[in-house]
Amino acid sequence: MTALAAAPAGADLPFRLAGIDLVADLSGALLWEDQRLLVVSDLHLEKGSSFARRGVLLPPYDSAATLSRLTRLVLRHDPRTVIALGDSFHDREGHDRLGAADRDAIAALQRGREWIWIAGNHDPDVPAEAGGTVVAELSIGPLAFRHEPTGGRGEIAGHLHPKARVATRGRAIDRRCFASDGLRAIMPAFGAYAGGLSIRDPAFAAIFRSTAFTAHVLGDRRMHVIAASRCC
Amino acid sequence: MSGAADIPDSPEALPAAFVRWFAERGWTPRRHQLALLAKAHARRSALLIAPTGAGKTLAGFLPTLVDLAGGGPKGRLSSTGRGISRGGLHTLYISPLKALAVDIARNLEAPIAEMALPVKVETRTGDTPVSRRQRQRRYPPDILLSTPEQLALLLSSDDAPFLFSSLRRVVLDELHALVTSKRGDLLALGLARLFTLAPELTTIGLSATVADPDALRRYLVPQASTVAAMADLVIADAGAQPIVEMLDTQERLPWAGHSARHALGEVYDLIRRNKTTLVFVNTRSQAEMLFQELWRINDDNLAIALHHGSLDVAQRRKVEDAMAAGRLRGVVCTSSLDLGIDWGDIDLVINVGAPKGASRLMQRIGRANHRLDEPSRAVLVPANRFEVLECKVAIDAVAENAQDTPPERQGALDVLAQHVLGRACAAPFLADELYDEVRAAAPYSALSRTDFDDVVEFVATGGYALKSYERFARIRQDAAGRWRVANPKVRQSYRLNVGTIVEEQMLKVRLVRSRAGGAGPTGAIGRGGRMLGEIEEYFIEGLVAGDTFVFGGEVVRYEALVEDEVYVSRSNDTDAKVPSYMGGKFPLSTYLADRVRRLLADQDAWRGLPDQVREWLTLQRRLSRVPGASEMVVETFPRGGKSYFVCYPFEGRLAHQTLGMLLTRRLERARARPLGFVANEYALAIWCVGDVAAMIRHRMLDLDALFDADMLGDDLEDWLAESALMKRTFRNCAIISGLIPRRFTGEEKTRRQVLFSTDLVYDVLRKHQADHVLLRAARADAATGLLDLRRLSDMLARIRRHITHRDLDKVSPLAVPVMLEIGREAVYGEASDELLAEAAEELVRDAMADG
Repeated sequence: MTALAAAPAGADLPFRLAGIDLVADLSGALLWEDQRLLVVSDLHLEKGSSFARRGVLLPPYDSAATLSRLTRLVLRHDPRTVIALGDSFHDREGHDRLGAADRDAIAALQRGREWIWIAGNHDPDVPAEAGGTVVAELSIGPLAFRHEPTGGRGEIAGHLHPKARVATRGRAIDRRCFASDGLRAIMPAFGAYAGGLSIRDPAFAAIFRSTAFTAHVLGDRRMHVIAASRCC
Repeated sequence: MSGAADIPDSPEALPAAFVRWFAERGWTPRRHQLALLAKAHARRSALLIAPTGAGKTLAGFLPTLVDLAGGGPKGRLSSTGRGISRGGLHTLYISPLKALAVDIARNLEAPIAEMALPVKVETRTGDTPVSRRQRQRRYPPDILLSTPEQLALLLSSDDAPFLFSSLRRVVLDELHALVTSKRGDLLALGLARLFTLAPELTTIGLSATVADPDALRRYLVPQASTVAAMADLVIADAGAQPIVEMLDTQERLPWAGHSARHALGEVYDLIRRNKTTLVFVNTRSQAEMLFQELWRINDDNLAIALHHGSLDVAQRRKVEDAMAAGRLRGVVCTSSLDLGIDWGDIDLVINVGAPKGASRLMQRIGRANHRLDEPSRAVLVPANRFEVLECKVAIDAVAENAQDTPPERQGALDVLAQHVLGRACAAPFLADELYDEVRAAAPYSALSRTDFDDVVEFVATGGYALKSYERFARIRQDAAGRWRVANPKVRQSYRLNVGTIVEEQMLKVRLVRSRAGGAGPTGAIGRGGRMLGEIEEYFIEGLVAGDTFVFGGEVVRYEALVEDEVYVSRSNDTDAKVPSYMGGKFPLSTYLADRVRRLLADQDAWRGLPDQVREWLTLQRRLSRVPGASEMVVETFPRGGKSYFVCYPFEGRLAHQTLGMLLTRRLERARARPLGFVANEYALAIWCVGDVAAMIRHRMLDLDALFDADMLGDDLEDWLAESALMKRTFRNCAIISGLIPRRFTGEEKTRRQVLFSTDLVYDVLRKHQADHVLLRAARADAATGLLDLRRLSDMLARIRRHITHRDLDKVSPLAVPVMLEIGREAVYGEASDELLAEAAEELVRDAMADG
């Protein structure tokens, strides 16, 4: 969809977490402007070819689609640091299967900035050829970046692929979203083929220890803040 | 038409044993039964068109029974390397319903036993145990009764040449129903394969009356590249002309809705006065509602049952058995009983609501009284004023025996992909040979070589422009150029995915005790209540806890979704909050729509209409305008601070929904600020914040431009990018074509956490390879399926320069029905941001209230 390119200024949402001012971008990325830091989660690159290996020949364009969205995002914000919050590759061989153009795209993204791969359960050991730095987790000030959420204060995690389903007037709308209670946040998956898990799944209540959290829902042209309890 | 002359009048062709058997029963062989026998002797394929009750099935099997009574053709004794066998099948019978196959097997037992014929009959359906299926492949019966899916499976096995090389005859039952869907495409491809495997093969098609018999005649024989070959045609004597009436209600006719509640007492009275009545309705929710209401007034405690596709199978069987045993006085049913087993003693058919199509109505009427010489009786019960018009023209159409069955299909490319993979599973094939064979199937006779090659590429490596999947190929070419299955897993996966029926994701509905203020995801809901049936997942997705809907004949309250079960509790509400779900909604046929428009345009013909309806139309003529036959009237009027825009295309709900989506986009661009729309079978109403009437008055909005066919260009493209209906269509194609397995072998997907979503695949593919063969298949479906694009485009051409605008100060009589749909039906429009914003607003409101 062209929502990102067409996103008017102001479509993004100020987002305060553990006392830090962040911006939730309509594309599903998180921006820490003071640090010029950009965070994306669950890119799941080469998910298509991962299925193809097992005979499900999904279109092989998912990596290109994900990387071109990421490129536009990076061009727009020109961050000093990019954190990929784990599950950047759909499986351990994911990076090996990347096409030449996609490798070039990653190299171009990394040029002139710090690039951090956080290890995820799908890609516990990102190979050195992928460039950048690989770490298990990372703390900056009061914020902690890791793939799998633990519920810790100031934690920004991914892994669960939150999505919100809002039903109204006999119609249901399903969208990716951030889930946060102001102290911790779970980011939406950024990957083109990454599916979603409803924020009403018990996994989320376990992290937030209640349903008193909100969904920052990625709409077509703007973000919407909706109570988790309002979603289904 | 060939062959009318050589039909024997006397039963010469019938062996003595058969003549005796008929005589012992006091029967005389019917003319068409003997005609089919003569066709078989002449080794001709034939289409039999006969009304229900004409002994169609016996006619179809008589040639085979006569063949086999005489010991069958010589040379069927063969050594197969598996021991001596009598050989393969003699006759294959294919029906759309497995229940029908089982029923026919039972019916054939009698003549075979009574004439002591050396004939073995067996069925093979999805329910047949594996051991019997294996035995059938080694020691096939003489006659096998089966379904299109089972035929595809048999053809994909390496036993296929052994099983089918001696096949003499294929009998295709309910052919008119089979050919209208992708199942018909799959069957046509299977048939083309059979013609290659069995050089002696002829076919018999059994069909109800259709608009274009020649299409069915082509379907039955292999097509050559130059002239269209056709099977011979045998038409049985028509039965007595049915007696069809419209209920002359004493009550006030409703303006809108489909419940026909007003006529409830009259319907009940009809059931009471007849022995057994079938009450057809168009949707499951209507069936639910009517059933419930009938029991509310069932003072005589008449045995009235309910039958529809989402009821528990066991419960449906119970109803069918009670029906067959004559224990029921009435059955409220949907199209689930359109086809199928003979029930015997039904003396009245009631059709509640719109008939939708003339042929459909005639087939339903035919369910009453299976004795040919007596007329079937039917009563039509229109549920609102527009439906009165539709019932009137449908009755005229029945009197003229005018048919409106759908036109011939173009074979679908996703089905072809499935077939190609099946062929590779059976044996290696050469592309050139398969291309020729496939074009012998009538729906694929015009298939281009490019499309065929694209499909083969798709089956092999996905058919992507980016050639990165060569190493993952499912089929590969060997040195001789023959395509072979790349590994045994491909075969396994084909078998698990065969078929063209993509079930909606269904959820089980369980009746539980009501929530009593418990906490947690399911609260204090008790588990283990009674199972009511199954419901489409997408319907449940639109509900929030506390919403009520009608299911299993009662109003229930949605409580929670637990695993794959929907928990509902009893509700005291008399009206369901969420009224309908889509199961079984057909659009009004083009033919009836045209007749309704002509009826409206012809004021003299209004005399045949009930007073209430005539008054309504007369008022419309006075206050606004009654549309002419090829005219489209657009009305605008203010109401409740909004500006309404109502038009009357009469093209059915699906086409109207698509039109609504496209018009709202255009109105948005014209800054009319549309908020939403509703559509019914006849009209479309859009409401806007902007003053549409003034915009038209001041020529800021040009109606000819608004309805210009170019909306099917860029606007359509934009909408298709995000249309949920298009995504559903794509998903079906992805599954049928074998791109995405129905189920993963050896891999359970976690409930509610989908491995990947076809919507995401659609987005990516559309952007990176817009002409991919699967997208082409989905587009072809969209032309006739959920989006009804072809009909929309025909309509736009028809109304060009025939648009009349009426600038009104209030709602017109004709607009009342569609206006009343607002609030009853889901509001359409893809403006998700607005709906999300609404939900966000609630948060703000709640927060303010808490503070």
